[in-house]
Amino acid sequence: MPATRLMPTEDGQDLIDLTREICDKELRPHVDEAERAAATTPQLPTEVFRTLGRAGLLSLPYPEEVGGAAQPYEVYLQVVEEIASAWMSVAVGVSVHGLTCYPVAQFGSDEQKAALLPGMLSGEQLGAYCLSERSAGSDVAAMTTRATPDDEASPTAYRIKGTKSWISHAGHADFYTSFVRTSDEGGRGLSCFVVPGDAEGLAFGAPERKMGLHCDTVSEVHFDGVTVGADRLVGAPGQGMAIALSALDSGRLGIAAAATGLAQSALDAAAEYAKERKQFGRAIADFQGLAFLLADMEAAVTSARATYLHAARLRDAGRPFSKEAAVAKLVCTDAAMKVTTDAVQVLGGYGYTQDFPLERFMREAKVTQIFEGTNQIQRLVISRQLLKG
Amino acid sequence: MNIVVCVKYVPDAQSERTFNESDNTTDRVGVDGLLSELDEYAVEEALKIVEAGEGEVTVLTVGPDQAADAVKKALQMGADKGVHVNDEAIHGSDSVATSLVLAEAIKKIGDADLVLTGMASTDGTMSVVPAMLAERLGLPQVTFASELTVDGQQVTIRRDGDAASETIVASLPALVSVTDQINEPRYPSFKGIMAAKKKPVETWGLADLGVDASQVGLDAAWTKVESFTKRPPRQQGQIVTDEGDGGTKLAEFLSAQKFI
Ligand SMILES: Cc1cc2nc3c(=O)[nH]c(=O)nc-3n(C[C@H](O)[C@H](O)[C@H](O)COP(=O)(O)OP(=O)(O)OC[C@H]3O[C@@H](n4cnc5c(N)ncnc54)[C@H](O)[C@@H]3O)c2cc1C
Repeated sequence: MPATRLMPTEDGQDLIDLTREICDKELRPHVDEAERAAATTPQLPTEVFRTLGRAGLLSLPYPEEVGGAAQPYEVYLQVVEEIASAWMSVAVGVSVHGLTCYPVAQFGSDEQKAALLPGMLSGEQLGAYCLSERSAGSDVAAMTTRATPDDEASPTAYRIKGTKSWISHAGHADFYTSFVRTSDEGGRGLSCFVVPGDAEGLAFGAPERKMGLHCDTVSEVHFDGVTVGADRLVGAPGQGMAIALSALDSGRLGIAAAATGLAQSALDAAAEYAKERKQFGRAIADFQGLAFLLADMEAAVTSARATYLHAARLRDAGRPFSKEAAVAKLVCTDAAMKVTTDAVQVLGGYGYTQDFPLERFMREAKVTQIFEGTNQIQRLVISRQLLKG
Repeated sequence: MNIVVCVKYVPDAQSERTFNESDNTTDRVGVDGLLSELDEYAVEEALKIVEAGEGEVTVLTVGPDQAADAVKKALQMGADKGVHVNDEAIHGSDSVATSLVLAEAIKKIGDADLVLTGMASTDGTMSVVPAMLAERLGLPQVTFASELTVDGQQVTIRRDGDAASETIVASLPALVSVTDQINEPRYPSFKGIMAAKKKPVETWGLADLGVDASQVGLDAAWTKVESFTKRPPRQQGQIVTDEGDGGTKLAEFLSAQKFI
């Protein structure tokens, strides 16, 4: 059952209608097969991203002048949620792509915006976000990948050396929004660069073999002395950490929305099954013990949606939303984990098999509690803001 | 090249079809509807022709208030303008009356070099409106095109039959109905959605077309649905237990049902 939505504008409703149509015709028919195949041979569904890009769905929250659709987060995130209800890996890809464009859109100079954004937001390109390293996950400031300027006083180019880990779209991306060290001052020594995908010295590791979300291909990105022009430095040197965290505030909302869509799908499948499956002579949905489980799932999904939409509306109104975004990430992804686990329970043994998508949903839900800041880190963000001052 | 594409608003095939209890006509009001998928091919073909050359695509629909959605979708895909014929009296019209209204609307739009339609509607599936419409307009009738080219003053189509493929040439103006093999309809895009809001849509009633209400509607229809019954729920399937002879039993079942 499609989620009940109150869209703020007619454009927003039209976008949801378009998204649902594309999901029904282009995503749902292929997701099972593609995820199964990618489990052994990781493969990014590039054709699907091209379709979404042509429809304008890869650039919704950015200004129209640079190729976006100037949509509020309230609309953009619900589109992400709809996509996730059809194909989680693709929704994560859409959200990650949005994240990769954010630093230039928010912190870039006018020249950078004019030079880079039309391509990034054309719908033809896909970005990767290079923040994590093997020894720098939650502790971003521990990163060691380094960019060295050709000239300390007035650099014209930087040479980047080091390795980034866990990078979604690695090897497929058209550009890499990368956070690297430019000085030794811990968190204040990081800078942000947009590295072209065809830059010399860029190399990729073997794809990680993951629990799920197989079509979100992830591998290491090696910078073997990659030279980038100084015009690719976004913001000031040393501003990297602030840019990365600001980007993640918004990126987290994408993950929250995607997790909600995944939970909705699990709930829909479970509710439908419960009405058909008969035991002890009646539908298992007629047993209150199971109906109440489904009711709790519905409550979890509906409240998750309300939570991310609240953060989105604050953001759209230009109000601070960092704490609310962290709350949304925490609440929505925990809801997704719980709801997908319970959905497997509703299907019993069938839920545990690959003949139904529920076990896949459960594996896909798990990662949402880990990436874009683990849920422990969300609690850190929330408690710090709650208790400061 | 000015092209008029006739499109129909039909109940969503995904949801349950119902009929009105009062007059046995298809319920178009109480159900979700959309632009008939078979008409999307006609819209796409028109857009391709105009994009490759020049001209304008007008989408035309006859239907109730909600049918405006079919026009909107075609405009979002890229058509230039829309015409929606909406009149209470049209309710219950058969193909004969529908073709009359469409013909008068096309005359009023004027200057059509090419009239395109889908090969059938996904709800009525009569496939006769294109032929009737061509007759009423006095245009060459070229149906079931799975390929279409326009050059100069003529249109050439390929029609794929069971035994052979025919190539048919007609002079313009002409009416062509297209199949679902002809192209891959595009999705609207965000830009298309925004652009569609500024495109002109005219709404006409029967009076605007000089059609008398007595010529259309349920009372004028040549055929009428007398009654309807719901399709009975599916019978329990037959389970073949494999005791070493499963293959034979399956084959026996299939041959008894005349599948093999
Ligand atoms: C499928 C996938 C895709 C990814 N895509 C990207 C990407 O595109 N780009 C990118 O840069 N990264 C990406 N990541 C990396 C992801 O963001 C990190 O895995 C995540 O930030 C956690 O880092 P870590 O794995 O090193 O865990 P660690 O930081 O080592 O954490 C291990 C455990 O310790 C806990 N912990 C750590 N610090 C604290 C603390 N202070 N208080 C309490 N608990 C703490 C954590 O919550 C966790 O439970 C991806 C990861 C996955 C799995």
